[in-house]
Amino acid sequence: MLDRIGVLTLAFLSTVGEVSSFALKAAREVFIPPFEFRETIRQIYELGVRSAPLIAVSGLAVGVVLSMHTRASLERFGAEAMIPAGLAIALVRETGPLTAGLLLSGRIGAGIGAELGAMRVTEQIDALEASAVDAFHYLVVTRVIACVIAVPILTTVMNFSGMLGGFLAETISTGMSIQLYFNRAFSLVDMTDYIPATVKTMVFGFIIATISSYLGFTTESGTEGVGRASTRSVVLSSILIIVSNVVLVRLIFFIFPKAAGG
Amino acid sequence: MIEVLAVDAPVRQMPAAGSLAVRLEHVTKSFGARKVLDDVSLDVPARSAFIILGRSGTGKSVTLRHIIGLMRPDSGRVFVEDDEVSRLSGADLVRVRKKIGFLFQSAALFDSISVGENVAFPLRRHTRLSDPEIRQRAMEKLKAVGLDNEYDKMPGSLSGGMRKRAGLARAMALDPPILLVDEPSAGLDPITADEIDELLLRQKQNEGTTLVVVTHNIPSARRLGDELVMLHQGRIIARGTPRELEQSDDEIVRAFMKSQHGG
Repeated sequence: MLDRIGVLTLAFLSTVGEVSSFALKAAREVFIPPFEFRETIRQIYELGVRSAPLIAVSGLAVGVVLSMHTRASLERFGAEAMIPAGLAIALVRETGPLTAGLLLSGRIGAGIGAELGAMRVTEQIDALEASAVDAFHYLVVTRVIACVIAVPILTTVMNFSGMLGGFLAETISTGMSIQLYFNRAFSLVDMTDYIPATVKTMVFGFIIATISSYLGFTTESGTEGVGRASTRSVVLSSILIIVSNVVLVRLIFFIFPKAAGG
Repeated sequence: MIEVLAVDAPVRQMPAAGSLAVRLEHVTKSFGARKVLDDVSLDVPARSAFIILGRSGTGKSVTLRHIIGLMRPDSGRVFVEDDEVSRLSGADLVRVRKKIGFLFQSAALFDSISVGENVAFPLRRHTRLSDPEIRQRAMEKLKAVGLDNEYDKMPGSLSGGMRKRAGLARAMALDPPILLVDEPSAGLDPITADEIDELLLRQKQNEGTTLVVVTHNIPSARRLGDELVMLHQGRIIARGTPRELEQSDDEIVRAFMKSQHGG
């Protein structure tokens, strides 16, 4: 039993070491030429632009639901006027970034894991290397840059569509005008709420891209391995996003005490 | 004019006839406890067709992967012309790889881009040719393999033989002086296999390309090969012309050559 625990612990630590080394290499090579502009732009389109509908629709739904819950809570205290501001703070500070991160770990993480995994088992990654192309730079670094750029932008899309959803819920319930809604929404939200929380999602983008690229790059065992890489990409990047979020929120509160209400 | 060509077009520096294009010295490679290459030494003269024969799992493809630097030996050295590939990395390895075309057994076409863009890929990466020039060159290469009507098709829509020919067109895109070919006739009907052999022969005879071909197919090896080696359990057990191998003292070699006579 102890032997088994020892073997599992060693395997876990070995994987953690490999993933960390992979992530460090990706971070370092972002600044090393050749800069694959064409491929990076293609990845921003594939991973970012094509994720926008998912994020926009989800944001709208989250906004509607959050608004209904906030109304149910604040009505008891006669504080309905605070609904837009409460919703905006909740969305911008936490709900938007975390929901966007988790949704994108599903869409982007699964995509990268499956695509690179399939390329590995069909020798396409070897063919890239044989064509005198640095496959790591071409496949991994471009996706890391694309995710680090796209995830904060998509988070902003999520925040905005969430607020739009909140407005729809409010205007149906109370007939509130859009001008009044957004005036109240932005009355308590400022840049110290928006910037740190959105910059945080660059880390989420980095986590999604490096974890899923690592799992895709190291795929073995044919199509079964590709499926496994895809699933693990989603599971592992989601867990890491949730765990890193705790650390990042703590860090934001330390650097921006105002964000913690201080 | 010559200078412009040297920058913009694929650069093809042919090794002198009689020199060595590829050399392996005492190469050993293991995967776990299994020794796949065991003290393998061979040399491939420039502009010749060198065939590596052997049963499945005897290290033939692994040998090709060592030549292009996709694998490194546990011990021993691998040279392409004067460069020791087994020690190179980064820009030096890229420079050597530009001299080598590799046709994978599965063709390994990039399935997210069209057939034509697969062939254009090395040209886009390693030359400064304009888009129309790249398209024209890619089209010429596809025409050479009889696929000039398939430029805009996606690899998934091609048959096995067409994929292999497209892979060959991509391997030849930069007019490399050395072409590594892994099982050119595997999974193909005899007519398509003959067509691929013809293409390879033409490439050797017309362009002076050095061919290193891994195959099971004895008729194909006989047609293509200037020299053959046979790998068995990670070791070279025979080397010579097709006729010499047929008359080998080694029973395994004779049986292999004989069993494949019919194709």
